[in-house]
Amino acid sequence: MSKPNVSEPLDIDDSELTELVTRATRVDGGDLDPGPAVRRFAERASAEGLVDVVYATVSSPLGDLLVAATPRGIVRLAYLEDGDRDSILADLARRVSPRVLDAPARLDYERRQLEDYFGGRRYGFDVAVDLSLAGPFAARVLDRTATIPYGGVSTYGEVAADIGHQRAARAVGNALGSNPIPIVVPCHRVVRSGGGMGGYTGGLHRKEHLLALERGTLVREAW
Amino acid sequence: MSLPPFQTFLDRHAGELLRFLLAVVGPEEAEDCFQETCLAALRAYPRLPAGSDVRAWAFTIARRKAIDAGRARGRRPVPVAEDGRRAPLGETPDAIDDAGAWAPLAALPPKQRAAVFLRVAIELPHREVARILECSEEAARRSAHDGLNRLREEMT
Repeated sequence: MSKPNVSEPLDIDDSELTELVTRATRVDGGDLDPGPAVRRFAERASAEGLVDVVYATVSSPLGDLLVAATPRGIVRLAYLEDGDRDSILADLARRVSPRVLDAPARLDYERRQLEDYFGGRRYGFDVAVDLSLAGPFAARVLDRTATIPYGGVSTYGEVAADIGHQRAARAVGNALGSNPIPIVVPCHRVVRSGGGMGGYTGGLHRKEHLLALERGTLVREAW
Repeated sequence: MSLPPFQTFLDRHAGELLRFLLAVVGPEEAEDCFQETCLAALRAYPRLPAGSDVRAWAFTIARRKAIDAGRARGRRPVPVAEDGRRAPLGETPDAIDDAGAWAPLAALPPKQRAAVFLRVAIELPHREVARILECSEEAARRSAHDGLNRLREEMT
């Protein structure tokens, strides 16, 4: 072999060579699917305690839900209809930790509870929540909201009064509107004092669905 | 700009990292090296400055894990080169999978395998290859060049 002239541009248009290198990094003649290796890694990483946020997608009658948890509990639950998965994950990476991993097996327990709830077989959630995405005022609102029983409702004003801010019904509404963990922290159970529904983070039709489910008046489609 | 979720990094780059390791350490050790690479990357990830080139950083970790694997292999019974001399540590061509598609790359020293893959399969510029291989741009250029020449010779 002649001594290489190192300034000579590489002849990488050589298609046979490119093909040879490509073929060397394929498996069984097909493009390599890293999926199984990535899943094994995710299992190992969470077993070793290296993951700060795990997440999974859970199907529900209200569309796909993204559920995310830290070692302290569920930190985020979001309706995925708007296709905003990337922005939700980016937000978790920025505000909680960038060590965010898709690890559905880690959330099987939470998934089953949600499925049972939507199936009318469960009247409460036996899961820890991590309110680190809520500010101090919102956390108090959410703590109070979590005590409203299945099938019951409170008004924005009642929640405000219970946390010692009689006139803060509007601020309570805002805090509930940005509830990071809807369904599990049942902000759908807070309605207006005049009998109106108020707003809902997932849209009013979802609030109506959840309230009807809990009243037992839901016209249930096969699910 | 903040760091993307680690999962996003995996979604984008796990495939090419695994292929890189297949090219450098071969099919038998690629998965183990991949696991070690991802674990090391996840451990260090929160300390990575925002706006870093995450991809080049991960390839560098993979390259180091490949070198570790080469050293571990070197501690096992040592193949002897044809001329009877002991082959240098970490530069021992693997005998495995001779019949497989990896065989042509196996004939190259690991550094050349890495340089050829990054240059030809990923089409990184020499400057980037040099960063990943932690050598001078000139050395990276030479590794890719020598590797490609050798592959060309083997093809004929």
